[in-house]
Amino acid sequence: MIDFILQNPILSALLALGGLSAAFGAILGFAAVKYKVEGDPLVERIDALLPQTQCGQCGHPGCKPYAQAIVNGEDINKCPPGGQATINALADLLDVPAPTLDTEHGEYSAVKKVAFIREDECIGCTKCIQACPTDAILGAAKQMHTVIIDECTGCDLCVEPCPVDCIDMVPLPTNIDSWKWALPATNQKPVFHVVANLIATDRRNTSDDKAA
Amino acid sequence: MSSLIRVWNIPGGVHPPENKKQSLQLPLGEIPLPPVLVIPLNQHLGTPSQAVVQVGDNVLAGQLIGAADGTFSVNTHASTSGTVIAIEECAIPHPSGIAAESIVIQPDGLHAWIEKEECADFRALDRLDLLDKIRAAGIAGLGGAGFPTAVKLAPKSTQIIDTLILNGAECEPYITADDMLMQVRANELIAGTLLLSHILHYPEKLLIGVEDNKPKAIAALKMAIASASVTDPEAKKIQVVSFPTKYPSGGAKQIIQILTGRETPSGHHSADIGVICVNVATAVAAWRAVRYGEPMISRVTTIVGEALQTQRNIDVLFGTPISYVLEQHGFDKNRASRVVMGGPMMGFTLLDLDAPVIKTTNCILAPSKQELPAPPPAQACIRCGMCADVCPASLLPQQLFWYAQAEDFDRLEAHNLFDCIECGACSYVCPSTIPLVQYYRAAKGSIRQNELEKEKADRSRQRFEFRQARIAKEEAEKEAKRLLRQKAAEEAKQKLADKAASLSALPQVSQTVPDVVSAAVAKVSSVQVSTDEQKTKLERMVNAAKVTLEFSQKPLVPNKTNPVISEEQLVKQQVRIKQAELKLAEAEKKLADFIATQPVQNPTDAKPIEAAQATSVTPEIIVAAKTATAEVTATIEDPMAAAIARAKARKKAAAIPDKSDEEKRAEQIKALQSRLQKARERLAQAEAENDPNIEAFRLGITKLEERLNEIQNSIGLQTG
Repeated sequence: MIDFILQNPILSALLALGGLSAAFGAILGFAAVKYKVEGDPLVERIDALLPQTQCGQCGHPGCKPYAQAIVNGEDINKCPPGGQATINALADLLDVPAPTLDTEHGEYSAVKKVAFIREDECIGCTKCIQACPTDAILGAAKQMHTVIIDECTGCDLCVEPCPVDCIDMVPLPTNIDSWKWALPATNQKPVFHVVANLIATDRRNTSDDKAA
Repeated sequence: MSSLIRVWNIPGGVHPPENKKQSLQLPLGEIPLPPVLVIPLNQHLGTPSQAVVQVGDNVLAGQLIGAADGTFSVNTHASTSGTVIAIEECAIPHPSGIAAESIVIQPDGLHAWIEKEECADFRALDRLDLLDKIRAAGIAGLGGAGFPTAVKLAPKSTQIIDTLILNGAECEPYITADDMLMQVRANELIAGTLLLSHILHYPEKLLIGVEDNKPKAIAALKMAIASASVTDPEAKKIQVVSFPTKYPSGGAKQIIQILTGRETPSGHHSADIGVICVNVATAVAAWRAVRYGEPMISRVTTIVGEALQTQRNIDVLFGTPISYVLEQHGFDKNRASRVVMGGPMMGFTLLDLDAPVIKTTNCILAPSKQELPAPPPAQACIRCGMCADVCPASLLPQQLFWYAQAEDFDRLEAHNLFDCIECGACSYVCPSTIPLVQYYRAAKGSIRQNELEKEKADRSRQRFEFRQARIAKEEAEKEAKRLLRQKAAEEAKQKLADKAASLSALPQVSQTVPDVVSAAVAKVSSVQVSTDEQKTKLERMVNAAKVTLEFSQKPLVPNKTNPVISEEQLVKQQVRIKQAELKLAEAEKKLADFIATQPVQNPTDAKPIEAAQATSVTPEIIVAAKTATAEVTATIEDPMAAAIARAKARKKAAAIPDKSDEEKRAEQIKALQSRLQKARERLAQAEAENDPNIEAFRLGITKLEERLNEIQNSIGLQTG
């Protein structure tokens, strides 16, 4: 063996390298089959960032198809319900500069809305039930329909098919549970009229004035 | 008893002006019953209770009016006797100013109690029974957060409790409610401590933590312990620990650290480190609930502020409108800068003074404009770092401020925003007067909201995917059904084609006659199951046709009624003969065809058929055939089908001989109608398939209609 290597250094080197590449190739090939990832993980990750309203405003029938389209090179600024926050998150994930929302697909609305069926006007045609992407409308043929508020994504898709136009999109009311503190107003705009109050002694003077 | 406990220090903290003297000048007071009590169903942390009374009900003091909804909820009781006048959304003390469901009671002035179940010795009772009593009494933490006490007193079996801390620190400026309570109800507090100790399986240490700015309370407690120790040796275990005044040492995590040196890990409860911390007022309420069976309907609240004439502590019923409380204390609206529930550090401005006193109302502060001026506008952060120095939770308030401004929620969580107790020490020391706590509260709210939205999005995704799957499944099922139907249709078509091939040999007549008829024939023939039967029938037909021919060929004989043979009659006979001939030819051909299309048919069979042709003619069939042929001249019906139909009708008529003429007619009409119906259906089908025989179909229908009309008219004539 050693004699052979000594006598044919080039050949033995070639053999060794060839053997190594064959072995690693086999390992890699095995790993590719054994640890194959089902589905596209990137699509899943993009889908997780989308708001899941399933509204179709991006031009795709649902959030997942849009996620797939983004993977295929579509713009990331076509999701009005998600707004700039979603665009930023997507840009962060895909490591691209964040564009602004393409308003061609709709405007972002900070106020969440849900569908509301005026029940005495509903004729029970089931058209809205068929249109609802999340099965959030309850009802049956010739029976009054109603919206399950907790499941409604506010996608708007049920409004158009209604033949009697009895569906409204109403802003979700704020209750004790959904209320939250707002950021202090000064966060938004700098206050200039306080120049006279800049230092602590100024402040003390004004309060003394008031007291007096 | 002197304190044997080592007192630890907490990081940070501030020393704001205490302002506790004002409200301690007067003894604990009471105010008259208000004209109306507004009792919110949610006065605690957790799910709101559910109203169990109706509008118009009369209630007694301590009567259950709102039942706890689940474990993490608290009962609500009527604070006095009176009438429920409304259950509606009313203003509640909440920073949002949002109204919430409340029960409005008009007091009757009697303050009549429900029957109270007293209990002289709580040690005789099971721990679970005691917990039930506390739960039934609707006791929530009176320190400010309103945590359900029964939940707190039932730690998990893995959490071994070695220390019970009664929190009497009351570190926030202005508030003296607990101080006053400890002074006047020290005995009850000691009894309550023993009760909680019993429920918690006698922890090693029973500590009452009091800041050293409450000497009177400490003295009262020590006296109470001494007197209790005479009858109950367990009371000797209770230690009153006084520690230096510093804000916010009254926070649960802070007082635990001060008294035990243990720090509650982030994201854990104090029970995880073996400590339970209960507010002193809560312990008293629990004691009263067990000893006297009294549900919690009132509390000690500090009414303080320069905008009031009287500043003191009062024992006030829950549901008393704050405006009424202020009125009783000489509130001067013009002097007040605002009205705050809670202290100046952690309290919030009340947006609606009609909001009632609730379980968590430990103080109502009505400061004058000089006392608590509106916060000066915020300046830019100068990065002095004072906020970090005073933070009792050792957080980095400045970093949190930047991230909250940028709404960088990931980094906020990474910097443990949720460990912030919102004590306000950072805002207090901030030289730029930045409302830091408000930033943190807003950021916490946004993070919670985002979490909820994420949850909802996940649910939406699930529902959407489920719906897609369901639709796909439905489509697949439909497709499978469609394929099956298509296959069946093809098979049927094949069968029909076979049949058509056998029928296509029909002579001219069948083509001139509407297709409805041929279809009828097909139907009739399809009824015949075996080929043998079919053959016999055809043979019979041939025979019948022969007989008819013979009959019609008979020379016309003048009879009595018709002595002269008219030309008309002759012509008629001619036609009849011709018709019969045609029919015979047709029948014979059919028979021949039938035999030809039956390849399995034994050729020898032909002979018996011939023989049968001669003999097997039943009179009935002959009659049928006769009428059939006669009919042919009147209608263009296929004689064969008509004959069969008639024969059947006759048989039927024979079977029910007592059927009246009218009934028969009615039956006829019915049959005709059903045929008409079928014909119409076929026409529709033909139209759909663009059948060349549409005209024929139509004709057939008109004919059927005519006949139907005829019969109906005749009935009409008869009855008319």
